[in-house]
Amino acid sequence: MQDFEPKIVAFVCNWCTYAGADLTGTSRIKYSANVKIIRFPCTGRIDFMILMKAFENGADGIIVSGCHPNDCHYSTGNFHARRRWIVFRNLLNFTGIDTDRIQFSWVSAAEGFKWADVVNNCTKKIKELGPYENYNKIAVSTLFNEEGTSNE
Amino acid sequence: MEKELKILKYSELSKLIERFRSNGYPVLAPVRKGKVVEIELVESLDAIALDVLLSTQSAKKAAFPKVEKVLRYTLGKSEVQQFPVDPEACPDTILFGVRPCDASGFKSLDAIFGEAPADQFYLKKKEKTTIISFSCPTADEYCFCTSVGGGPGNTAGSDLQFTGISKDDILVEILTEKGAKLSLLFADLLSEAGASIDKSKFLADVKVAFKVDSVVEKTTASFGNATLWLEQSLRCIGCGACAFVCPTCACFDFQDEQNTKNGVRLRLWDSCGFSLFTLHTSGHNPREVQSQRWRQRIMHKFAYMPEQLHVVGCEGCGRCSRACPVDMNIKEHLTAISLI
Amino acid sequence: MNDMIKKVTQLLTDKTIDVFIGYGKGSADRSRAIFVRTAEQAENLVFSANCTQNLAGYLLKHEVKHLGKLGILANVAALRSILQLASEFQIKDGEVLVLFANPDGSFTEFLDFHSIEGYLLTTETGITSGEQERIAALEAMSVSERWTFWNQEFEKCIKCYACRAACPMCYCHRCTTDVNQPQWIPVASHERGNLDYHLMRAMHLAGRCVNCGECANACPMDIPLNLLTYQLISPIKAGFGATAGMKSDAVYALSTYKPDDKENFII
Repeated sequence: MQDFEPKIVAFVCNWCTYAGADLTGTSRIKYSANVKIIRFPCTGRIDFMILMKAFENGADGIIVSGCHPNDCHYSTGNFHARRRWIVFRNLLNFTGIDTDRIQFSWVSAAEGFKWADVVNNCTKKIKELGPYENYNKIAVSTLFNEEGTSNE
Repeated sequence: MEKELKILKYSELSKLIERFRSNGYPVLAPVRKGKVVEIELVESLDAIALDVLLSTQSAKKAAFPKVEKVLRYTLGKSEVQQFPVDPEACPDTILFGVRPCDASGFKSLDAIFGEAPADQFYLKKKEKTTIISFSCPTADEYCFCTSVGGGPGNTAGSDLQFTGISKDDILVEILTEKGAKLSLLFADLLSEAGASIDKSKFLADVKVAFKVDSVVEKTTASFGNATLWLEQSLRCIGCGACAFVCPTCACFDFQDEQNTKNGVRLRLWDSCGFSLFTLHTSGHNPREVQSQRWRQRIMHKFAYMPEQLHVVGCEGCGRCSRACPVDMNIKEHLTAISLI
Repeated sequence: MNDMIKKVTQLLTDKTIDVFIGYGKGSADRSRAIFVRTAEQAENLVFSANCTQNLAGYLLKHEVKHLGKLGILANVAALRSILQLASEFQIKDGEVLVLFANPDGSFTEFLDFHSIEGYLLTTETGITSGEQERIAALEAMSVSERWTFWNQEFEKCIKCYACRAACPMCYCHRCTTDVNQPQWIPVASHERGNLDYHLMRAMHLAGRCVNCGECANACPMDIPLNLLTYQLISPIKAGFGATAGMKSDAVYALSTYKPDDKENFII
């Protein structure tokens, strides 16, 4: 597993974490290149199905990050998101989906260092866990092989 | 061909499966999974549930799977390249231990998929499937095969049919060329059967509930009888359980699944019980309410199929009634229609 | 039973209701829903131990609604469904006449939501000890054992949507599974399609499920779907103090928040 470079998708809100990640860059702080950032208007918009899509398309890990409580640009989006994550994480865990592969965090626009830490730590953890083999077996790409579908 | 009768010992059945497997045939057979019985690939006789009345789902998936890849494609910058799936790329398979209603259900599917333009994905799979059915020693109150022209020992659609005639012996009927060819694999295990064996003695007694001709005639005349369909379907909740367990339901849907570079086209089971089934893009739905969808289900099987394909689209297995969450009993409904 | 037949006959004759949803004899040892509109049909009403279907789902069925003013024979699950549907603005107070079948065979008439709420506080509404044990057994497994368990269960799924159709809370005119732009849930009943569908269904019922078990009962492939939503009942109660189907004016746990909601996984 030495050479394994995990694919990590980060779903972040526009107002805090995305700006925070920008600050990481402008502050010239180096962080792991395994993360692909997808910008959302608000964590409240990050539907649980979007996270499933990431795993289905080959992600080994996911980061979901937005404004600290009370800092939401729309006042309450992150509060709603937090409730949803509490429930969704329970459900994922119960259905056998590895919640260690999803990192939730609050990163403000001023926390460039924290963002680098979140990404680096997450990358380190996913490297230890290895590729998400269970989910890879049912990933979208499994349909594209040359075999037909069986009648089983 | 003329049918041949042979005797096989129950104790030799496991050898049969071994020989099929060692000759490279995948064997599909009923397998118990908790409360349900599925038709699945098996490796040995132990896995097969031969004592069950019927599998939960029909055997249609042997030739008409719930998800079937029919096309692969790649997406380039400006062009789409297609890689057709070869319909012949399916192995010769043995469908073992299914019931006569499953075997005869393929007759309806043959008619539907055989209609021009012939559906090669179904037909090739079907052609490569040899069906060994087991006649029914028992039946339950949902069964009504005898009312729709079948029966517990109906050989239509089977290549070989096995009937238990004593604790030790199985009567083997070799019914088709395909069956004869397969039986060569175990010819040494077969002995001659006396001509005097009366198979009917070993079959379940399934009472005739209605006259199928009458159902066909009354159904055809009842398109406009909204009250009839409404009353029968008030408790229907509009799921697709009946269609998906049915041996003759053949409606399907095509869906593409793709990412930015690759894609596949899949054929999937569909059901006329779903409200989405007939929904137009405009938002108009010609079968707006559940009673109209119920009418479609019955009329398709008992009016349209007899008219267009000269087969009744029902084998009387009763699976839809058993699977129905709200106890829509098709035998009861058909009996009522026959008495209009 | 005779009491019920008499009562329903009277309700129909004096036009208090136009149709009564109750149980009739079904196939084999089953019961089935019947829709009583005349005194003659009322004679077919039965009530026995196998009359367990949650009839509340029918209250929103298009063709049933259009029969006129509805009365219903409710069990505990149906009472809770009615309150939950009321909290989601699907049923108005006084719109449906509710007869409750007591375990001893007698019945109570509930005149308004308030009296249903009062009754539910005095009776057992939780999941059964058997269901609790199954959930505990699954929770005791490792994550990857649970993955294997659910994978094997979902493998059986044929996407007939009986679970959705049977659920009194699944009344959306356009379900997420029916949305194809974008196609959130694959239509195909392959492993991914089945997993996505069942996760989505469970999430959309989290905080709304009244543990009637209709989804699992309806499943022709015998998948224990109810466990998915049942498992979420206690964390939602513990975390947000919410239980579905207990109050007609309850707020859906996932459409609200508290600034001090507790979690231990966000860094």
